[in-house]
Amino acid sequence: MTDISEIKLTNAQIAWRAAQDIGDGAYVNLGIGFPEMVAKFQPEGRQAIFHTENGVLDFGPAPEPGQEDWDCINAGKKAITVRPGTAFFHHADSFAMVRGGHLDVAILGAFQVAQNGDLANWSTGRGGVPAVGGAMDLVHGAKRVAVVTDHVTKDGKPKLVEQCSFPLTGKGCVTRVYTSLAVIDVEDAHFVLREKLPAVSMADLQAVTGATLHTGGPVAELIVPEDL
Amino acid sequence: MDKTISSLAGAVADIPDGASVMIGGFGGSGAPIELIHALIDQGARDLTVINNNAGNGHVGLAALIEQGRVRRLICSFPRSADPTVFNDFYKAGKIELEIVPQGTLAERIRAGGAGIPAFYTPTSYGTDLAEGKPVEEFEGRHYVRERWLKADYALVKAECADPHGNLTYRMAARNFNPVMAMAARRSIVQARRIVPLGGIDPEHVVTPGIFVDAVVEVTDPAQEEVLNREGAVYP
Repeated sequence: MTDISEIKLTNAQIAWRAAQDIGDGAYVNLGIGFPEMVAKFQPEGRQAIFHTENGVLDFGPAPEPGQEDWDCINAGKKAITVRPGTAFFHHADSFAMVRGGHLDVAILGAFQVAQNGDLANWSTGRGGVPAVGGAMDLVHGAKRVAVVTDHVTKDGKPKLVEQCSFPLTGKGCVTRVYTSLAVIDVEDAHFVLREKLPAVSMADLQAVTGATLHTGGPVAELIVPEDL
Repeated sequence: MDKTISSLAGAVADIPDGASVMIGGFGGSGAPIELIHALIDQGARDLTVINNNAGNGHVGLAALIEQGRVRRLICSFPRSADPTVFNDFYKAGKIELEIVPQGTLAERIRAGGAGIPAFYTPTSYGTDLAEGKPVEEFEGRHYVRERWLKADYALVKAECADPHGNLTYRMAARNFNPVMAMAARRSIVQARRIVPLGGIDPEHVVTPGIFVDAVVEVTDPAQEEVLNREGAVYP
């Protein structure tokens, strides 16, 4: 069996692949942390408009260190910048954009995704201080809810599962998962494999996936830039 | 009509023990640090605080919690770069926590200000946070009923105010401030500048003065991120 930790994609490569599916002019919300990287890889000639739920549309990149204006931050509380086209609005309007179906894509991280599209990404249910933020709102309303994630947990357990064991963020909400090994759609309560790394066999991929991978047609090779 | 008050102490003087207090801000942006510190000095206890977060470091909301003034916190995300104060109080059972999804929190507050006692949202359907809440189906989808959220007081940070309480905000510091100003029985605002009537273009007013009760000028407001980098502790 191939050692998947040797060949798996980096987070930047996963983010790059997710960015290729964002159309010109799309309104996009990126979850805190790893999903934020997607913004760096917009294909040439396309311009997505990024939404951050604390009340900014169409913001610019992080400022130089020392140039931060702490009134101008994203949902991850990192400094961002204003650019021509930026809009500010209050929180109720911001979540009207989310729930009201005005976002084209939301891209989030995950602890687990189930084959029916259930997402668990806010709590491992093991005690500690619970914190949900905007995740439960973001999974409802965006036309497409995608997940970027490592294919397995740090200790090698599947993150794509038959049924989530962690507390749910939303039911039946995920439509596509970009993992470190594959691109997988959720269709009719099944995982449908669309792309996989050429170096991973079907058997190896299935072995690290907690639910049956279906193939609804040809499976393309998942090819990303090597230097990311 | 003149809603301006000359001192921070005067602005928060009548907040009693046991009051519910909405505090604007998302992290440090839009957090009315000076009003919160004035509330610490004033001494009110047993407060229910509504904020998106649970404080960061040892200033602002974190300081209010550290001083043992907050009995119950309603928030969406009690995590921050330095959540020590909240975490210690929570683990010791010294503060109650109600977790609300962020968009539901914003809409509950907006509904409170708008006189809408309840509404249906898709958010949290099928999750632990919807437990015990009525569910209804609309056009084939399930929605959870949520109730309005109102408060006795709101502490709001604005950029510019006039004597009628018309407000503008600065960049993403707007966040929860406008809806909280609507949802409190008495809304207290700190503004960087108080300008004469006519000093704000009516087209630019974000919060109309009808939602505001008191305005105090704080010309050089502290920023939570900057205070925390300096290791500041209040009081």
